[in-house]
Amino acid sequence: MANPAVLGRTAARSRSVFREGAARILRDPFSVAGLSIYLVLILIAIFADQLMTHDPTQILFRPNGRVANNQPPGGAFLLGTTNLGRDIYSQLVAGSRNALMVGLAAAISVAAIGTLIGLLSGYFGGKIDAFLMRLSDVALAIPFLPFVIVLSGFFRANTWNVVIAVALLLWPNTARVIRAQVLTVKERAYVEAARVTGASDMRILFTHVAPNILPLTFLYGSVAIGWAILTEAAVSFVGFGDPSRMSWGYMLQDAFVSQALSRGSWNWFLPPGICIILVVVAGFFLARGAEEVLFPKLRS
Amino acid sequence: MSYALRRLVHSFFVLWAIVTILFLMFRLMPGNPLAAYINEQLTEEDQRLIMVQFGLDRPLYEQYLIYIANLFQGNLGMSFFRREPVWDVLKSALPNTLILTISGLVMAYVFGVLAGAWLATKRGTLAEGVIVPIALATRAAPEFWIGMILLTIFAFTLGWFPAGGANSPGATYASEWSRIFSFDFLLHITLPALTLALYLQGLPLLLMRSTMLEILHEEFITMSKIKGLSPWRITLHHAARNALLPVVTAFALGLGATLGGNVVVETVFSWPGLGRVLVSAVSQSDYPLAQGAFFLISLVLITLNFFVDLVYGLLDPRVSHG
Repeated sequence: MANPAVLGRTAARSRSVFREGAARILRDPFSVAGLSIYLVLILIAIFADQLMTHDPTQILFRPNGRVANNQPPGGAFLLGTTNLGRDIYSQLVAGSRNALMVGLAAAISVAAIGTLIGLLSGYFGGKIDAFLMRLSDVALAIPFLPFVIVLSGFFRANTWNVVIAVALLLWPNTARVIRAQVLTVKERAYVEAARVTGASDMRILFTHVAPNILPLTFLYGSVAIGWAILTEAAVSFVGFGDPSRMSWGYMLQDAFVSQALSRGSWNWFLPPGICIILVVVAGFFLARGAEEVLFPKLRS
Repeated sequence: MSYALRRLVHSFFVLWAIVTILFLMFRLMPGNPLAAYINEQLTEEDQRLIMVQFGLDRPLYEQYLIYIANLFQGNLGMSFFRREPVWDVLKSALPNTLILTISGLVMAYVFGVLAGAWLATKRGTLAEGVIVPIALATRAAPEFWIGMILLTIFAFTLGWFPAGGANSPGATYASEWSRIFSFDFLLHITLPALTLALYLQGLPLLLMRSTMLEILHEEFITMSKIKGLSPWRITLHHAARNALLPVVTAFALGLGATLGGNVVVETVFSWPGLGRVLVSAVSQSDYPLAQGAFFLISLVLITLNFFVDLVYGLLDPRVSHG
């Protein structure tokens, strides 16, 4: 049985940590920029149907009945058209959905697996710890992109395979940091107090230790968003992307194999790259802000 | 010495684990692994013979032992698609990948470390306000996209460099070395190596800058100032030397991403390296070749990591005597 007074104090403490952290993040210009980019991405993804001016996969025609291929930006086509007469702006908008989905799914799975393994490894130590850490050594030594390519190339080309591969290989970074944090947290007095009152391992782990490492989970999760989007783009670029889904990586591959480079169609291959950069940078910015909250020593 | 030995044992353990995962992964692939090899004209009997020839009729653990034994003898099997030994295909691609990776890494880290150290002395200036966001953006950009931009500007618009390949078609060379040291090769490698370097320089630059900023506040730096040493001498001889350690760590951790990222850069520039071999093998369902390419990429990675560990032990004695 856990002492209610101790429990109450722990809960209040972690709540205030969160509120203080949130306030500090909102004061950091980098974090605000990162959050704003995410917010815009989410809004575009939700209202994609309203924002699109054309069907992104439809071949479009000019008023005179000829295919509207390689149109320059402006007029009816905000960013021009592809070599097959598809609207680039609408493809870009449609791609935001894929980016958001891949990013979120990967972030959640990396954070969940990494946190769970970090908690178990750090709290129980011994053989469990040794085994899980050897496992993380192996995962870190596997060449990342080739692994994802083999996985999505041999199994059905599917966006979820990219998410699975990212989750399988990226959890060790999160797990290691969280393990180190658990090692210090579990020595603290309130954990000792909970143990004395007879709380079970699972109870200590999930009600006393876990809340104190959650901010780290968010930090590594937000970095994983960027990694997943970059990985999905790379896999699509080498030709193993999900053919049924419009993504920024697919747009770049389409532009590359359709000789957009030698034609100098900047309006085709510049925008998807910039979108990817913005979303990935947003993760970096947010991580930077979160780092300053978590490790105040770094603050200058 | 025992530190080096421990790292070696660890490297072999990781290699064994990867080989095992590789074996299982390719056996669990959907469909018959011979689907790409067998054509419709073959009779049932012929198909059975081929299965026997590749050892696919035996139990899984026997296949595993044969696979490991073959690897030890350097036998990676025959490519289904190209009908030549896998090792021969990989052998011609390996030098191209190694040279590309190493030149990209060297350019990135030399530039990144120097620029980062310089930037640390420019705190709060315009240079900092411009360079730091640019460095962040290059880290966030897809590698192949940077390559596409360079390709459009320098190959298609200005025409300074060739658009792809490692050598002009039809060129013959007396030896591998004379090929690599030819001017033609230099022209071909410039853009892909520059792409890699541009992508990689952000990390050492930002890391070097932030560690330098921390170190510049420490007492021994104040002491050097009191002693009247020149700012340049303090920056390079006293601060930069101590800031290098985290950069070496980042270098080691980044090796995997670098070698893996080569796959897309090689695709953009049609660079005949391991990454391109892997991509084409996967798209042709050429299992032995894909397996071999993946194995070799992992092997190069583990070997490089081993050497970085050793260097790290030399730089920071706390690691090797811990």
